[in-house]
Amino acid sequence: MRYIPVTCEQREAMLRAVGVSTIDELFSMIPESVRFDSALDLPDGLSEIELDALLRSLAGENEGAADLVSFLGAGCYDHYIPSVVDSVVSKPEFFTAYTPYQPEVSQGTLQAIYEYQSMICQLTGMDVSNASMYDGATAFVEAALMAARITKRHTMLCASTVHPEWQNTLATYADAGTLEIAEFPQVTGGVVNLADVEARLSAGDIGALLVQSPNFFGNFEDLAALGKLAHDAGALFVVAVNPILLGIVEPPSAYGADIVVGEGQPLGNAASYGGPGLGFFACAEKFVRQMPGRVVGRTTDVDGAMAFVLTLSTREQHIRREKATSNICSNHALNALTACVYMAAVGPHGLEGIARAALAKAHYLRDALLATGKFVAPWDAHFGYEFTLAYNGDVAEMHDAMLARGFLAGVSVADVEAEWPTGVADAENLVVFAVTEKRTKEEMDAFVEEVASL
Amino acid sequence: MTEKLANTPGAAPVRGPRNLIFEAGAPESRCVEAPALDVPLTAVDDLLGGRARTTAPALPSVTEIDIMRHYSHLASMNFGVDSGMYPLGSCTMKYNPRVNELACRLPGFAGIHPYQPEETVQGALELMVGLADALAEISGLPGVTLQPAAGAHGELTALMVIRAAHTARGDARKKVIIPDTAHGTNPASVTMCGYETVTILSDEKGQVDVEALKAALDEDVAAFMLTNPNTVGLFDENIVEITEAVHAVGAYAYCDGANLNAILGKARPGDMGFDAMHINLHKTFSTPHGGGGPGAGPICVSEELAGFLPGPLPVEFEDGSFGLGWPEHTIGRVRSFYGNFGVIVRAFAYVRALGGEGLKEVAEQAVLSANYLKCKLEGAFDVPYGRTCMHEFVMSGSRQKREHGVRTLDMAKRLLDYGFHPPTIYFPLLVEEAMMIEPTETEPLAALDAFAEVMLTIADEVARDPELVKAAPYTTPVRRLDEAGAARNPDLRWKPAGE
Amino acid sequence: MAHPNDRVYSKEHEWVVADGDIATIGISSFAQDQLGEVVYVDLPSEGDSLSAGDSFGEIESVKSVSELFAPVSGEVVEVNSALSDSPETVNSDPHGDGWMIKLRMEDAGELSALLSAEDYDAFITEG
Repeated sequence: MRYIPVTCEQREAMLRAVGVSTIDELFSMIPESVRFDSALDLPDGLSEIELDALLRSLAGENEGAADLVSFLGAGCYDHYIPSVVDSVVSKPEFFTAYTPYQPEVSQGTLQAIYEYQSMICQLTGMDVSNASMYDGATAFVEAALMAARITKRHTMLCASTVHPEWQNTLATYADAGTLEIAEFPQVTGGVVNLADVEARLSAGDIGALLVQSPNFFGNFEDLAALGKLAHDAGALFVVAVNPILLGIVEPPSAYGADIVVGEGQPLGNAASYGGPGLGFFACAEKFVRQMPGRVVGRTTDVDGAMAFVLTLSTREQHIRREKATSNICSNHALNALTACVYMAAVGPHGLEGIARAALAKAHYLRDALLATGKFVAPWDAHFGYEFTLAYNGDVAEMHDAMLARGFLAGVSVADVEAEWPTGVADAENLVVFAVTEKRTKEEMDAFVEEVASL
Repeated sequence: MTEKLANTPGAAPVRGPRNLIFEAGAPESRCVEAPALDVPLTAVDDLLGGRARTTAPALPSVTEIDIMRHYSHLASMNFGVDSGMYPLGSCTMKYNPRVNELACRLPGFAGIHPYQPEETVQGALELMVGLADALAEISGLPGVTLQPAAGAHGELTALMVIRAAHTARGDARKKVIIPDTAHGTNPASVTMCGYETVTILSDEKGQVDVEALKAALDEDVAAFMLTNPNTVGLFDENIVEITEAVHAVGAYAYCDGANLNAILGKARPGDMGFDAMHINLHKTFSTPHGGGGPGAGPICVSEELAGFLPGPLPVEFEDGSFGLGWPEHTIGRVRSFYGNFGVIVRAFAYVRALGGEGLKEVAEQAVLSANYLKCKLEGAFDVPYGRTCMHEFVMSGSRQKREHGVRTLDMAKRLLDYGFHPPTIYFPLLVEEAMMIEPTETEPLAALDAFAEVMLTIADEVARDPELVKAAPYTTPVRRLDEAGAARNPDLRWKPAGE
Repeated sequence: MAHPNDRVYSKEHEWVVADGDIATIGISSFAQDQLGEVVYVDLPSEGDSLSAGDSFGEIESVKSVSELFAPVSGEVVEVNSALSDSPETVNSDPHGDGWMIKLRMEDAGELSALLSAEDYDAFITEG
């Protein structure tokens, strides 16, 4: 049995050392009525050669980024992954390591996370970042819970232009716990309606205004106005952002954000069918003791050498138990390391260039699609590298046809609406397109030509 | 002074100046640049509606070699399962098979987007169904979701499912009972699910005090959360009586599956009367810890609770194709997309490598190895629960503290000098100066013997030269840290000069 | 090491020094020793009203949190703000500069329910 190095002979010796003659004697404390005496009904074990063949066969049934030209986004993006990323992340000292509770032998992990925290603060403009959470959706929910603890107000006002899956997650947590979600403000012009936000904030007692910019449709929200409205009503301002765009867009700190979250997958992480992702989480310094999740701090050792350690642990579940800021007991360390290496590899110059390329290509594609006459712009909003158009025809048929031609032609808003309403009119014709720096002019021209000919 | 074993992390400890990645490179340094624009770009600030960034983020400017040197240097200061043994109780730090790493990187898995049409991801869906079915068989609980991203997330999800089940029959409840040996995530999850935590004391054998449990059970109790085998490494003999008592008041029995490694193929939580459990793929199913994550915490629930599971879930249709569906009375989503798919791939590969027989052998060897170590160490250390243990056992450093003023923490730090990661310390709270030891089945006998020998050596050092142990470690890349200073004056990020 | 007898103590390890109707409150030397190095003290605000037995804050070490309980009732008139910069003072001088709050007592009679230094020393020895 290849992952068990103890030999049969050694096992016999161990049994003798323990003073039993069979292994089953060691299981005698399990009451007979609950012993599982049959064989597990599972396929027989495979040798590595057979296993490799099985895995390749299953993988081979999927068509992915290598086979199809993708314009899919909606929280998961096909950005270039630098070759250094896997070289670092596949080092066994990083990926086979445990949580760094013994800092003396975990300085690699701890320093990398400190660097990650620092980079997230640079991107978002916020004072502190945690060591990451599971994904953007759960980070978003944890931000709402944190705002409730700080303001002692349990009702949240959430824009319905936030990713519907995140809204769904927030609602699930709210149903189970103490959060309430106020009625959603109207959506006008593809963004949340400011007058309606103001009205709902003044209706009273809102703990936080939760928005995402760019929103699910790719449109930028008016963060300056929204931040002011939130603070005037005594609510915190929670903003979810796209990390790549922060290379060219003002960080939410400029608009008074109290807590900033987002999905960090675009920072060098593979799409991987949506997981594991990376929930980044940053906030203002004054709130650090209410921030959930692990955090790494810098200190010194007895010899005065620079050293890093998990700190402010009294916020966490292993110490505070039922009064903890969150039940979270892990971080997405490997995904955070990935993001850290990515951000180091691209640097400010590369990140700006990548964001500009995506911006340029997205605007090029949108103009080209509109020029075919098959699409109409539902709104006139500013956008980054994701935008929404209304298709003059059956979206599902268009998708099937374009798939057959080798293209993933954006996300159908109707499909998403089937799970959660997005608050916009005529959703059944809407398609959300994402264009990253990887999409070439040739690919886009071919796509436009094909879709125009349907 | 001390002998260094060849595999001590940082056997040539790096004592020289160490820098942050921000301090490497130069402003002109480049590693990955954007592709040249093949489409026009003008008036960026207009396109962005006046949102253009005014100050560039102070990210590192480094070359590729700077990156590789820096992170290789950091890696050299890190201990991993590949470096040596982690006898961490309740963490199941088993070996991470390389074929699993190959699997999750296959382009057909790594390169697929969650919103692709189902017909283009049949292999991914089939894999998820395959793992879910295997977990159902292993747990004895048919309803499975792979969505939760971690064990704690799984606990919370299961509590939400339980809450929904009670609410659906107009029987909403207020409390959840946990034993005093519970892991901190249990009461924290209880709070996040809007319940009040009620703690009951364990008996002198470290098991659930059944009378105390029965006294605490009433019709306001939603669930009882129990780790079984428990956090002192014992299988609770009264488990059937316990789950029956819980059911008698209309509550649900939840199994914290952290210790599943002990009973794979030998006993199933569903058969014990549990209604729901979470499984830690990064423990029992060999997926790597990654320095803190990502893991995954799928939950398995009874037929009765299955309709409340979060969605969407991968399903197999009658025609043999695969898709995504929503349980009838779903609680909704607990995260984006479908689960930590990259972790799920690794766990699937592990299950298919082992098969049912292989999984049973895992439990058998894990239990044998733990008992073997217990026998070797119970002379030198206090072992409060002396009977046969399961895959882990708890020792107390109280003798060493009493006789020589040396604490478990000190002995743990001394272990680092000998190339071992310490066991779990100061948990469970029930045992004074606790050390919980779980070797797992993937340790060679030589490693077990070496660990035992080192522990006995340290016990000896405690008696002969306590001060030596109290100031350990000596040979690690850094020595004992000023953790109080880190908490008093938190320095949580690098700042460029002038900020 | 006996606790000073110029004050009285609660079973939750707080001490009280009364001067007229002003009670100064802190934690005992035994308590700070049990806690280890103090890293953070969370105290109430001036004007807050406390009843005997109420939690008035929290004290943290690296690996633990403990609640602080008011030994007597009253209104908070002063808080030791120096502890936010130097929480370690609680360790170095728990009975002096490590004081935490001053209350204007509602009922000085409550002091009689607290333990003398001798009784407190006996209490912590047997516990």
